[in-house]
This record gives sequence, structure tokens and C-alpha cells, in this order.
Amino acid sequence: MHRVFPREDQCMACGLCVVACVVEHSQSKDVLLAYRKENPRPGRRNVVEENVGVSLSLQCRHCEDPACVEACVNGALYIQDGVILVNKDHCVACWMCVMACPYGCMHREDRGDRWNSNKCDLCPGRKIPACVEICPNRALVWEER
Amino acid sequence: MQSSRLWTDSFIDFLVDRDQERCIQCQVCVNQCPYGANIYRAAADIVDSRHENCTGCRRCEAMCPTDCITVRRYPGQFREHGNWTERQVKNLYKQARTGGVLLSSTGAEVDLPIYFDRIVLDACQVTNPPIDPLREPMELRTYIGRKPSSISLSREDGALKLATQIAPQLTCEVPVLFSAMSYGAVNYNFCESLARAAAATGTYWNTGEGGLHRKLYPWQKHTIVQVASGRFGVNKEYLDAAQAIEIKIGQGAKPGIGGHLPGEKVNEDVSETRMIPVGTDALSPAPHHDIYSIEDLRQLIFALKEATDYTKPVFVKIAAVHNSAAIASGITRAGADAIVLDGFRGGSGATPTMIRDNVGVPIELALASVDDLLRAQGIRNEVSLIAGGGIRNSADAVKAIALGADAVYIGTAAKIAVGCTVCQRCYTGKCPWGITTNDPCLSKRLSIEIGTEQLANLVEAWAHEIKEMMGLMGINAIESLRGNRERLRGVGLTDRELNILGIKHAGE
Repeated sequence: MHRVFPREDQCMACGLCVVACVVEHSQSKDVLLAYRKENPRPGRRNVVEENVGVSLSLQCRHCEDPACVEACVNGALYIQDGVILVNKDHCVACWMCVMACPYGCMHREDRGDRWNSNKCDLCPGRKIPACVEICPNRALVWEER
Repeated sequence: MQSSRLWTDSFIDFLVDRDQERCIQCQVCVNQCPYGANIYRAAADIVDSRHENCTGCRRCEAMCPTDCITVRRYPGQFREHGNWTERQVKNLYKQARTGGVLLSSTGAEVDLPIYFDRIVLDACQVTNPPIDPLREPMELRTYIGRKPSSISLSREDGALKLATQIAPQLTCEVPVLFSAMSYGAVNYNFCESLARAAAATGTYWNTGEGGLHRKLYPWQKHTIVQVASGRFGVNKEYLDAAQAIEIKIGQGAKPGIGGHLPGEKVNEDVSETRMIPVGTDALSPAPHHDIYSIEDLRQLIFALKEATDYTKPVFVKIAAVHNSAAIASGITRAGADAIVLDGFRGGSGATPTMIRDNVGVPIELALASVDDLLRAQGIRNEVSLIAGGGIRNSADAVKAIALGADAVYIGTAAKIAVGCTVCQRCYTGKCPWGITTNDPCLSKRLSIEIGTEQLANLVEAWAHEIKEMMGLMGINAIESLRGNRERLRGVGLTDRELNILGIKHAGE
């Protein structure tokens, strides 16, 4: 299965991967509309970790034996063809998955009237995930390992 | 202690023009600007500009996902004056404020004629048909090194054999080499990109005076090492690794003065490679303290040849100055295999502005006069000539070769190929494009993978263009172009200039 892998030595912590992810998961898929008009704005699903000269873009590892799925009290997290997905209608925002994920890849999303957890879905419908495509320094790769 | 803000600080250079209608507060510009020209004001949740910090590198403009930034010249103007231009006035303000020497990077930016732009090439028509480089073989291979004045043959078992022993030669598949840029002044990623690109295209990169990093030894087959006045990083292994050794006497951007690598740029790796303590300024003296004559130079040339068992050519690099031709003749007689001439516009990581913009000779004139004198003295074959300093494109390279060079060196052009926008702030060590910085975070911006591709593409593109230009002149080997000034014509040049360049005026 193809996954997104970060290359720490290439990442310059610009954060364009976060922008691309938000735009890809917006209604309009347009950067200006997604950020300035859509309400609520789609939540982030990835994060750039940066400390003492080390930086990398981090998104769900899609573990084979995922702690988040096990921790989910309401069955909102499930695995489909190896991809871990969240059913936002079932999510009760208890944040057990956020606490369980050892990589810090579960994010909280504010949808105005309610909250739910949010995570990388490997961009269904795209050949290459949006974060990989936008990275100007090839710090994210889409490959099978 | 520096006083607080003065009135002169208001006269800034650039404006980071931000269209707040398009800004999405993603802060990519904030994290990409090492000078702090873009800031996030959390209380208002807006990204704002600090125009006074902007150096005009345009990194933020390039990275902004909504194209909301335009870096522009600050529109405020001084009253026009032919003599007291904005640049002069601001330089005076800066010095009155700091009491220091004005520093710059890159090559001279003064408005002196660029002779390459006033020289045109010949083309074949009807009676001397051009050659199509896509259909017929074209030879770009160049051998850099001393050529014998005559050869003798011997006969062994009926077969002819070359009896003359040929001096060591450097084989370049393309007559374009990467010029000396020292590790420390530029970072490791750029060095490895150069090395990999040189290996991919059959040319060479030059270590400059910064030594050869341990991890770069695998590309030694495409490495020229430099021995400069500071002797940084020079040892037996270093010399043995090289394909050629270059003695650096002078540099086009700063003829007559030594190098200065600020201590802030000397990190663990640079210190190990240069063999100096961490954090100390690396100052190379203006002269080599063991060279005060051609005879002294000869001693160093032969010391290096002896150390490497006469297996590799030794170059001598000088800045183009008034007496270049006579100096070049002396260098040839001192036993050098190649002379590197670095012109007035040659680049630098850190150079006093006054020296950069006022010292030296344009490469076109120096090159022509050196080639002329060596020919007149009958010693042109004893040495190869490499021209550098302001070579911007393949046409400049072709013109330089037709003026007498064997090959050209490119430095600034190579940096531009990996992103440099010529903001001329290399000396700050904060290069926003990750080229002339050793900051580990900033250095990552130059990906070795992408850098190698871009540099190799550049050399390949130039090779194609050089072949096209040779083809249209009906020349199928670069050797036939060298010193072929009959194929050049000047436009709008005086008799004196044409005379020095050794070319006719267009129409003649």
C-alpha cells in the first residue's frame, strides 16, 4: 500500500503541505475561498514538526495495528483497504484517539456547531496526495515501502 | 554602542507589498524570511510587513500560496542628481551610521560596458554551409593542460607510437566548469549538488579554498581542488583526490585582497574540513606569504606537482588586472598547465563594495590581451586558458572561447540555477534560498536532489546551445573555435577597443 513518507533532510518547514491539505478537503478546493469564505474552515490533518533544526511534515502513518481505532469508544474510526478513516457523524469528540496516537497525527476539527476528530485520508480521488504534490522541496514522497 | 533609530533608517530599499484581501495568514512567508521582513501579529491575526528588513530576495513572493506578496523597490525617491544617486547617498548614510567598510556579495554591479553584449557571431550562408548539430557529430570535448610544441614518433614492431610524453590533461566533455566556491562560503548541499552535476555532465567542480568535505570524496573524479593563501584544508589526501590543483592568487571580485569567512559561518563541519577552530574567522592573507615572484610561484607549482607525482595539471588563478598579459606569460613560464583569468564581474560571497565595483579589468579585454601575448611569444600551446567572471549564458561562453579561452568557469550562473535571486547578501550567512548559509534549517532549502538536476540541466542546455552556435558557424569541434576571432565582430566599439579585442567591426 502506498503511504506518504516525510524526508526530514529535505523539509524546510514552510508549511505549504498544511495549506494544500486544507484546500483539498474544502468545499470549493480553492485556496482563497477555503481560507477566507468557507465557514467553518476545514480543519488541519497534518502538522509540521519543528525543533532544534529538525523539521518534518507529519500525517497519519496508517498503522497496521492502529491505537486510535482501538481507543475509539464509538466505532467512528475504521480501516478500509488499509486506510484509517473517521466517520465524523459517529465521532463524539472524546479525544481518546488524540491521546492514543503515538505520532500526534489525530487532529481536532471545529465544525461550528460541533467538534470531531480529523485525520489524513490519503486524498481519495487523487493520484498523489495534495501535500506530496505541493511540497516544493520533495520532502514528502508517495510510495510503497 | 549603536544609537537608537536615526532618521536615515527611514530610507529603505524595498517594500513587501501584501494584498491583505488575498492573505490567508498561513505564515509561510513568516517562516521563510530569515531577515524578519514578514511577521505575524497574533493579536490582530494578520501577517504584516517589516519593509526595513527586506533585502529583496523575493523568497516570500515565491513561496506564497495565494500570490499575495509583491516585493517592489521602495517608491520614495530622493531628488534626482546625476552624481549623488540614491546608491551613493545610501552608502554614505550606512557608513556614517556604522563606521564600517561597506560589504557586498556577487560581482560588480556598476554600469561599465559588457563587451560580450557588443560582440556578434558570424554565421554560414550559401557558400560555406552551416552544420546541423542534430544530424552530424559535434565535438565539445576539451583538454585542459600543457600541449607539447612538437611531437616525435617512434616505430615499434612496424607500428607508429607517440614518443613524446604528453603532460597530464583534464578532459572536459563540455567546456563549462563550475568555478571555485568554498565550502563554508556556500554550504555542503550546494557543494554536493555541484559535484553530482559535474559527474553527470562530464565536467568539473572546484572546491575553492574551503577544503574537501569527507563526504565529497566519492566525486573526486570530477573535482578540482584549490590551494589558496590561507592553505585551508590542504593535505596530501586532498591533493591526491583532485583531478587538477588550482593555486589561487586572485579573485575577480576582489583582486589583491584575501578572503574572509566570518566566524559565524564556521560550524563543526566547516571547521573540520578547513582545519581551523569552530567559530574563528577564516582569513586568507592578501598575498601568498611564500610567493613574491614568478620564481616563488614556480616553486609552489612544482611542489604541488612533486607531491602528486606529476599526474595532474596545476592551474594558477589570477584576477584580471592591468598587467594580466605579462603576468600570464610569467605564470606559463613558471610551469603552470592552465591559467584561470577571473574578470572584473567575478562573484564573491563577501567583498568590500568599493573593491568589487572599482578594481579589475573586464574579462573580455583581459582574455584577448592574454591570448594575444601568449601567441606572440609562441607559448600559447604551453598553457590552457580558462575564463571566468560574469559568464551569463552559452553565447558569452562561445564568445569567450572565440576570444581565446579553452573553457569557461561559471559561479554566479550556477547559483542562479539553484534559486539565487542575486540579492547580494551572501555575507550575512542567512541566504533565504539555502545556498550561502550554513544554518542547518536554511541549508535544507537547497535540496541536493533538485540542485543536482537543475545544475546538470543548465550544463546540458548550454552544451546544446554551444553546439548550435558552432554549427551555424560551420564549426564541428570546439578546438576550431578557440581563438577564432575572425568569427566575431564588434558593434559600436571604438578602434582602440576593437584593437584590444582583436576583432573587426561589424560590416567589415
